[in-house]
Amino acid sequence: MGFLSYLISGISLGSIYAIIALGYTMVYGIAKMLNFAHGDVIMVGAYMSFMATAYIGWSPLASVVLAMAVCTLLGIIIERLAYKPLRNATSLAVLITAIGVSYFLQNIALLIWSSNPKSFTSIISLDSLRLFDGQLIISSVTLVTIAACIVIVYGLTMIVRYSKIGKAMRAVSEDKEAAQLMGIDVNQTISVTFAIGSGLAAVAGVLLCSAYPLLMPTVGAMPGIKAFTAAVFGGIGSIPGAMLGGILLGVIEILGKAYISTELSDAIVFSVLIIVLLVRPTGLLGKKISEKV
Amino acid sequence: MKKILKLKKDTRKNLITYGMIILAFLIVRFLSASGNISSAFRGQLVPICVYIVMAVSLNLTVGILGELSLGHAGFMSLGAFTGVIAAIILQGSVSNPLRLAIAMVLGAVIAGIAGLVVGVPALRLRGDYLAIVTLAFGEIIKNIINTLYVGIGENGFRISMVNAESLNLGERGTVIMNGPMGAVGIPKLATFASGFILIMVTLFIVLNLQNSRSGRAIMAVRDNRIAAESVGISVTRYKLMAFIISATLAGAAGALYALNFSTVVARKFDFNTSILILVFVVLGGMGNIRGSIIAATVLTVLPELLRAFNNYRMLLYAVILILVMLVSNNEQLKNMTKKFKGFFKIKRPSDLKGGTARE
Repeated sequence: MGFLSYLISGISLGSIYAIIALGYTMVYGIAKMLNFAHGDVIMVGAYMSFMATAYIGWSPLASVVLAMAVCTLLGIIIERLAYKPLRNATSLAVLITAIGVSYFLQNIALLIWSSNPKSFTSIISLDSLRLFDGQLIISSVTLVTIAACIVIVYGLTMIVRYSKIGKAMRAVSEDKEAAQLMGIDVNQTISVTFAIGSGLAAVAGVLLCSAYPLLMPTVGAMPGIKAFTAAVFGGIGSIPGAMLGGILLGVIEILGKAYISTELSDAIVFSVLIIVLLVRPTGLLGKKISEKV
Repeated sequence: MKKILKLKKDTRKNLITYGMIILAFLIVRFLSASGNISSAFRGQLVPICVYIVMAVSLNLTVGILGELSLGHAGFMSLGAFTGVIAAIILQGSVSNPLRLAIAMVLGAVIAGIAGLVVGVPALRLRGDYLAIVTLAFGEIIKNIINTLYVGIGENGFRISMVNAESLNLGERGTVIMNGPMGAVGIPKLATFASGFILIMVTLFIVLNLQNSRSGRAIMAVRDNRIAAESVGISVTRYKLMAFIISATLAGAAGALYALNFSTVVARKFDFNTSILILVFVVLGGMGNIRGSIIAATVLTVLPELLRAFNNYRMLLYAVILILVMLVSNNEQLKNMTKKFKGFFKIKRPSDLKGGTARE
């Protein structure tokens, strides 16, 4: 029963990684950049939800909506101010800027909310599920997280596949110039991608802090990096890949913690990244892209 | 004077860089001898040297190779702990300067090997993979060192990942690394002079590499990988070369850094340290070695003087990163500076030679 319970908490943690990884993978697919600040948008989302429930007394659901709205706006602003001027710059310049933005958000949060951890009250207050005469207890947060992940991945796949903006996204990710010639507003498409990714980051932030209730300005940094690892693991640019990579990584992390070593769990997760890059650089579901001169 | 003007532009630039370091060393030596240096500043001398070496070596990866490394502190960490272990094991058997030198060389070698291990999977790939792999590497190193117990005692050299007791060191044994508490009882071998020598060695290696055949190959890979590949430059080989040299130098700097303090913890060499060094490089100008030296010195000394603004320091660093990138990639600004440069261009003898006669 121990193994099953670890497995389920692994899937739950992995679902959070998957939701974050979706943001990375979509932005990477379309803007060809690694949005380092994505992890810190998670943190902002979690703080927004925390403030709305703890200080203003909003209902949990309303606080999530607020967090999503703020993060969506934040994503668009970041893209406009920091990334858009660098559209034609080298990827090194964009990456350094993204790290700057990430650092900026962390330190602004440090000044506003201080480094003292705040205890986040879970937004989900349902009873836990008891199975096998109470031998296996699955908390409601776990169930909601997994359900949210499935709904989000399904919804996003549908949007990307059938909606007008989704088609625009796929076109831009394939060939920016050709898309522009077909009358697609590339800048707007990239903005929408950032908006969706950041909105999802807010959901991930709230779920993350519901499961691990300590809220600090650095809370998003590590899950952000791990989610990127998940995106690479699953094949960057692929939505099902992000989900698969996220869940596998979550399971590996929790099982590693349980059976190998608590201190080394991060090392195990990151070793996975290095091994994946050695063996299958395009990830599990990634496509190999040949390069044209 | 005429002789200096006749030298090649690169050589002249490098000589100025060396001269700057030697001059700074002599001035600090002189001030120190006459007692004009506060003890707080004296304590910072070795860290300044270390950060200069870190910045110059990271500049090799970021500026000259054009790849981003976010785990430079990880190499520093490896060098630091290797150096400490070597220094403690050799206690009493060799003289202090030699012990420091051996510690630094060993730290450099181990960091270089780690550079190879990390570089091979990451550098074969295109895109931002090196950044994320080096970041992961830094975290792995921090994690592993935090669980490592190392000691030397009756049974010789022992390593454990459980706790200090399981090392079985006996009564006269010493614990060198104590898990999360880090390395303890470090002999303070580092001196300002050794820092100066390390900077000179680093400059010698990096500047000579930059102006060598390999260096030009590395820069060709940075500027246009496909074009470089098509003229027969082995991209992976040169990328690895630059990256490993960079890691090696960081390892030596780490050993020097650790041997300046009595205790060192793995947390000191975290992501923030890597970013700090990146800020030195970006502010000093990517690919500009002299700029890295100046930025590292100023940004290490300045926070001590501006303690009141300590809360805003990291915020300022973030803003520096963003603004430098936005400004240096601004097309309009680039064109403007080009015009300015053309207007104020200093006419050197070499420009006139063979050209149309002026005046």
